[in-house]
Amino acid sequence: MIQIKGIEKKFQRHPVLDGVDLFVESGDRIALIGSNGAGKTSLIRCILGEYSFTGDLTVSGLDPRKQRVAVLGQVGFVPQLPPPLRVRVEELIYLTAKLMHISVDSIRQVAEQLGLDISRHNKQIFFKLSGGMKQKLLIAIALARNPKILILDEPSANLDPEARETFFSLLAMMPKETVMLLSSHRVDEISSLVNRVIEMDQGKVVLDRPFIQARKEGV
Amino acid sequence: MKQWRAIAWQDIKESIRAWWFFIYALIFGGTVALLFILGVTESQILGFMGLGRLLLTFIQLCVAILPVFVLVSTVRSIVGDRESHVLEYWLSMPIAFGDYYWGKFIGRFLVIFLPVFIALLGASAWGVYVDITVPWHLFWLYSALLVAICGCFLGFGFLISTLTRHQEVALSVSLVLWLVLLLFMDLILIGVMLQERASPELVVSIALANPLQSFRTAAMVLFDPRLAVLGPTADIILDFFGRVGFLIYALTYPLVLGLASAYTGFLIFKRGDQI
Repeated sequence: MIQIKGIEKKFQRHPVLDGVDLFVESGDRIALIGSNGAGKTSLIRCILGEYSFTGDLTVSGLDPRKQRVAVLGQVGFVPQLPPPLRVRVEELIYLTAKLMHISVDSIRQVAEQLGLDISRHNKQIFFKLSGGMKQKLLIAIALARNPKILILDEPSANLDPEARETFFSLLAMMPKETVMLLSSHRVDEISSLVNRVIEMDQGKVVLDRPFIQARKEGV
Repeated sequence: MKQWRAIAWQDIKESIRAWWFFIYALIFGGTVALLFILGVTESQILGFMGLGRLLLTFIQLCVAILPVFVLVSTVRSIVGDRESHVLEYWLSMPIAFGDYYWGKFIGRFLVIFLPVFIALLGASAWGVYVDITVPWHLFWLYSALLVAICGCFLGFGFLISTLTRHQEVALSVSLVLWLVLLLFMDLILIGVMLQERASPELVVSIALANPLQSFRTAAMVLFDPRLAVLGPTADIILDFFGRVGFLIYALTYPLVLGLASAYTGFLIFKRGDQI
């Protein structure tokens, strides 16, 4: 589903991705781990077609830079920090639903499952919501698309324990073939969701194992 | 709805809620109201009086302050979204780079053009209401001039916004650009001409390559067809262009320059890292 061959990315001669090779198959649930600056977010941005790079990267055989609409039509993304969008909640839902060709109700339903009653916050500006509410809404938008690939960058950082539990149960209910790429510092938290662990360090993949094997090795 | 239209509409809604838009609309709407209150319609200049006099004063004020307002208020659009990670989120959606960029451009154009146009329209509507003769030919020419000013400086703003990585740098570059254009209107060129360091034709060509100067001269040529206030320089301009030719030049050249800048910005935006 995602094929990465020798991609390199540099910022002012400093490599942030240094010859990364990866093959992600349908149904892979990956914990992407590594310390700050390891290259996790850069890798995600390359997959999302937001960074230029050297090497080959395809998603379902498509180039995320040249065929971004087709690629991103399959991807749901939740960023690490909610961006300060100056849009009303109802506008954000309407716009994202339009862009993703889904119904507004599908977003509302997922949000309600996460404990966010959108009708109470419709007129509020997104960036004025609490951190948890913002994260719930972004998760609802990402999940409502029924994406083939779900990319989550530290998605549960702002969630209360109850919402976190609901969120993980929603993830567990995703179709078997959905690819999940979960960037997280807390492997324990997502252990029930993943079947593969990829560790990055200084722009390189330093470990790529099935989750059970990685656990045995003490990762 | 096409994606660029959704982005443009969203940008319009966001801008309307922003403080800069409130101040922007207040300044240009307030200027027209102030000109009425101060009785500009009662005064006369070069045979212009009534609403023609008011529109003339308004367009001269626009030529003086609109470029810097447009630059300052739009130069942060792309770079600001990049810095705040807003761009990262929107570009994770299935949107083509072109739809995002041009959607923002068109949205911003409407946001900066409509307040000045509505001020012009409001003044004319008031003229009709109180039974003052409305010079409609001037109204349409001034509207076209405002489109050109807005398009030109918005294009510059978007180019700077894609070239820079920080909002402060973008803002500084835009102010330096405005200052350079301002200097090459009068201050430096008059000195060069007086010292006879360059031929008058070259000096006038440099001046007219400056969109600020072409707007200013176009605003003058509308009420002073022989450009008497420019002295001998007028001969060079009018011999080369003619009055109508110069108006066409003053309306199209800055717009083409602005669109070319915006397109260059788009190529840079599309090619490099978006965030």
